[in-house]
Amino acid sequence: MTMRARAEPKAETMHVETDVLIIGSGGAGMYAAIAAARAGAQVFLADRSLIGRGGATVMAQMTVAVALGAETPDHWSHHVADTIRAGRGLTDERLARLLCEEGPGCILEMDKWGVGWARRDGHIAQAFAPGHDRPRCAYVDFLNTGPAVSKTLRTVVNKTSGIHKAGDLLVVDLVRHDGEVTGAVALHLASGAPVTIAAKATIVAAGGLTRLYRRNSASANMGGDGYALALRAGAPLIDMEFVQFFPIGHLAPRLIGMDPIMWDPFRYKLGGRLLNADREEFTGRYGTREDGKYVITRDLATYAIIKEVEAGRGSPHGGAYLSFEHCSADALREAFGPVIDRLAANGIDLTRMPVEVAPIAHYHMGGVAADARMETEVPGLLVAGEAVGGANGANRLSGNAITEALVFGRRAGRSAAERVHGRRHAFDAADARSTIELVEADDGADLNTAAMIQTLQSTMADDVGPFRTKARLTRALATIDDLRRALGERPAGDGKPFDMRRIEWLDLRNMLLVARIVARAALLRSESRGAHQREDFPGLLPEWQVNQVARLRGDDIAFASVPVMAEAAAQ
Amino acid sequence: MKARLKVWRGVDAAAGHFESYDVPFEPGQSVLDGLRWIRADRDPSLAIRFSCINANACKECMMEIDGETVYACTVRLEPREMVLKPLHNKKLVRDLVTEIAPPAERFKG
Repeated sequence: MTMRARAEPKAETMHVETDVLIIGSGGAGMYAAIAAARAGAQVFLADRSLIGRGGATVMAQMTVAVALGAETPDHWSHHVADTIRAGRGLTDERLARLLCEEGPGCILEMDKWGVGWARRDGHIAQAFAPGHDRPRCAYVDFLNTGPAVSKTLRTVVNKTSGIHKAGDLLVVDLVRHDGEVTGAVALHLASGAPVTIAAKATIVAAGGLTRLYRRNSASANMGGDGYALALRAGAPLIDMEFVQFFPIGHLAPRLIGMDPIMWDPFRYKLGGRLLNADREEFTGRYGTREDGKYVITRDLATYAIIKEVEAGRGSPHGGAYLSFEHCSADALREAFGPVIDRLAANGIDLTRMPVEVAPIAHYHMGGVAADARMETEVPGLLVAGEAVGGANGANRLSGNAITEALVFGRRAGRSAAERVHGRRHAFDAADARSTIELVEADDGADLNTAAMIQTLQSTMADDVGPFRTKARLTRALATIDDLRRALGERPAGDGKPFDMRRIEWLDLRNMLLVARIVARAALLRSESRGAHQREDFPGLLPEWQVNQVARLRGDDIAFASVPVMAEAAAQ
Repeated sequence: MKARLKVWRGVDAAAGHFESYDVPFEPGQSVLDGLRWIRADRDPSLAIRFSCINANACKECMMEIDGETVYACTVRLEPREMVLKPLHNKKLVRDLVTEIAPPAERFKG
């Protein structure tokens, strides 16, 4: 059985060829596909879920930061200054500049495509968000920014010729030849069979790593796959210790059919009051009094809520109360329209009760190191969107994530199209053999992969959360090592159609690699900065104004510190 | 409180069977919460598909619950037997997973 299956080659592997392979069809991947196809390249857009419905973009509720100057005079250089200030000394200024300078063009292109940005007095409305020096954030009502962006891009992708779409295709490894990325091996979920893809350029647009955490605000398909794919293909990762937590993720009562970050737009529009168990506003105790307005930054709000809970003043489920009880029913209805009815269906009447909120994993500042063309160190490998590291330094401003998805996606698509022009395929099936063998294997252990993922998520939430200590990080690394040993070298499952154990085994292979890098990077950085807070090293240290770069060396991870990329260095 | 989820299992639409699972829950939880509990605590081989978990954004967890086509993430668990089947008008992939992507968005080898 096992022997025979391994000795006899399986049916011929399915194979496709394309100019540009794009992995991930969120905002970045779809914009990249449109840009590459418009520049004349043939595109293969692959996603492990449905096209344009997974990832983080579709989950975004609000907002998109961009210096349109529609609300008040603005210039992209002000947006860059705010982005750099928020990044606490670690922002790659080349990438921040690209994001802010090209943001308006993408936002206006989206407007032309009919996304439906909310308008006020005839111009695109721009809301104020903490950390920006002026109102700069466009949005789509009500709580509809991400779905509208996804839907618009899906429509344009469908209308653009030269884009081949393939959902339910899980990329397992990139394929290399003579140091260049030449394509990928994927698992076709509906059949359980491997697929090889020859590509002259590959763009990883697979998003971040929020699935590593128990409570998170993005889709279950964002478990650091993109980082792991790039790392195994030889590309370095930077700033992996910086995971952004969103302070007021919904905690209780149980809400269905709504995204846990939904309360942010309520706070933008109506303020709202964060209260402890004694129903007192408490953020003033940690340095920012709000007095019913929304002014506190994400890192400070996260800190304040966690400290109140630790002091025994948390809400019943271990968070804080968020109250709009001072707002009238009319004001709530005007600001949120049909959302008020969806809340009522969940038994929530905001005029008479607070909800409970707590920090939730939201975004990852770190990622694959790239230049302003979105090219990595590895020829043939580009990145886009949240998969890119550096643009937001140690802490991301509200509203920069969708902007970077669009801008970096467009840039990556254009760069990839330039690369493939006149180039021949360098894909060699022999380079894909070991991954194909992994996908087809039928000799793995019988593992409860779903429970293993839960264990990892708990460990990351409890020990590699926003507040860290040497003891907890060391404990997390031990748990990660135990899970790696238990996972073994051969995939679980039967290899039949939609084999969840096989999918989760392959996911764990990526998740455990990426989790190990986050925890190791956090252990090395013996200071506190932005989203990385060490309770045993509370201050920010000038000597730590460096980016940590991680590379795979065999089974090991090698870290180095490099100077932060200033804009001057890019000239 | 417990719900009993009676779940259709199989890879061949003509040769499936039902398996029943008693699932603990708190009022307010969704059927998808229950299915995820089954996978982590009883049987990780159960095939379901979902990505957004809770937001009704990804549209992946569509299935038939008590004969109605619904999203498992927005139907609440109830303290009774609930019957879960794959969509009858889509090609079966496995258990509760069917081929739901539009034809133009599927991989063709």
